[in-house]
Amino acid sequence: MKQPIKLKGCIAILAAAGFAAVAHADPDEDQLTVNGEIEMVTEVDAPAHMENLDTIYSGWRFRSDETQAFQMDDFDNPAMIFVEAAAETWDIADGFEGKSCSSCHNDIESMAGVRAVYPKWSETAGEVRTLEHQINDCRENRMGAEKWKYTGGDMAAMVGLISSVSRGLPINVAIDGPAQETWEKGKEIYYTRYGQLELSCANCHEDSYGMMIRADHLSQGQINGFPTYRLKNTKLNSVHARFKGCVRDTRAHTFKPGGPEFIALELYVASRANGLSVEGPSVRN
Amino acid sequence: MASGVKPRVKVPKSAAAGDTITIKTLISHKMESGQRKDDDGNLIPRSIINRFTCEFNGEMVIDVTLEPAISTNPYFQFDALVPEAGEFKFTWYDDDGSVYDTAKKIAVS
Amino acid sequence: MELTRRRMLAISSGAITMAGLGAFPAFAAVEEEIAEFTGGADMGEGGITLTTPEIAENGNTVPVEFEAPGAVEVALWADGNPTPAVATFKFGKLNPTRSAATRIRLAGTQNVVAVAKMEDGSYQMAKAAIKVTIGGCGG
Repeated sequence: MKQPIKLKGCIAILAAAGFAAVAHADPDEDQLTVNGEIEMVTEVDAPAHMENLDTIYSGWRFRSDETQAFQMDDFDNPAMIFVEAAAETWDIADGFEGKSCSSCHNDIESMAGVRAVYPKWSETAGEVRTLEHQINDCRENRMGAEKWKYTGGDMAAMVGLISSVSRGLPINVAIDGPAQETWEKGKEIYYTRYGQLELSCANCHEDSYGMMIRADHLSQGQINGFPTYRLKNTKLNSVHARFKGCVRDTRAHTFKPGGPEFIALELYVASRANGLSVEGPSVRN
Repeated sequence: MASGVKPRVKVPKSAAAGDTITIKTLISHKMESGQRKDDDGNLIPRSIINRFTCEFNGEMVIDVTLEPAISTNPYFQFDALVPEAGEFKFTWYDDDGSVYDTAKKIAVS
Repeated sequence: MELTRRRMLAISSGAITMAGLGAFPAFAAVEEEIAEFTGGADMGEGGITLTTPEIAENGNTVPVEFEAPGAVEVALWADGNPTPAVATFKFGKLNPTRSAATRIRLAGTQNVVAVAKMEDGSYQMAKAAIKVTIGGCGG
């Protein structure tokens, strides 16, 4: 299915642009190493469950050299401002239990590997949980603290901190067993056309990745780099805020960040990145 | 003092006397340009870091005047000569009168 | 700060409207400010190197870098910004390369101009055109 659509679109754009060289450009060949030591997998065979793509690429590979460079050194990566703030929050007691994150989890390094497996089925909750839900569950039920806004700054920073210690590890979310039903719901959302523009996630990020959408180089929409610092709004952006932006841009009523539809979609989209490295917090345009 | 302002600097811990080192600095600051309007259409007043300096043992290395065209979270990278062991002092000046500073010692091998 | 695409558009279209009124007043403003910096002296070329991206994926954070061996002061302008001045760097003896890198805001496609005042009192200039793109769906 993919190839004919892509070719047709390509020819149309080439014709319109008078054979402009940038009308269609595959991901570049650059390799991502962060701080000269964390080697990232930015290209790998697609997981078996994906029917329409052979190879998956990190969004980093679709960005310009300058944007890519922001992510290659933690000092150059503005997302680290927020991560450092969250590292302080990690040790600060909040709520009536008088506990901080570190009261139970000790050093942040103990969270290595966590980002790579979320969203994840929670046996106690009997549902698939995102990292944000787990953080708020800790805040509410273990710390006796106020919940954070799902896509708020405190939350994005904490997710960024927890992601940062998993960088370089392969995304590996489970899609079978009790998570399967949620995963299938997410897959259905991924392929459903929404809004006045009648666009599904797949229309852009599966059928048309590598093409230019106006001046933007379309990626596969992978979420292994989230939360991501966007040059556009100079802050950390969470997965559900990005989903919301995309759905809104199809001119549809969006789903609620933190709600069941976006949880399912996050699980499905995360599973499309199984095998790519955790990059969060990344830098994108 | 504007909220959430935090200076960060990256300086090697040691160098050979006479070496040139590269310094990176970043301060978290919104750099409100004075060009934007709020949701009610009122102009948001300018609020930026307007000057950044780096000194080594009291001698000037670089002295920068910043305008609103410098991006959020101002970033500078520059070189410095290390004639002897000592201390780099970094200072940022805010429109609101606040001054933020930090220092880094460097050993000479 | 959050400069959304819409706001950037508002800023750039403002600049275009202004430009439509006369002979590119934005650029005239830069000429004037450069003349003020140099005292109207002639400017040479080749003594300062300006490194910028050809295309910036977002105008909010554009990396720029210059190197001007022997300069005591370097000033940067962006000729299409509502306020063209960007920054001025003064160098002390402990700065051996007279180079620096920073990140700047560009309200649309335009030129960045760097002028260096050299130790002998002469001036050197470099200019770079940067295309600033606007994202896909604006999300």
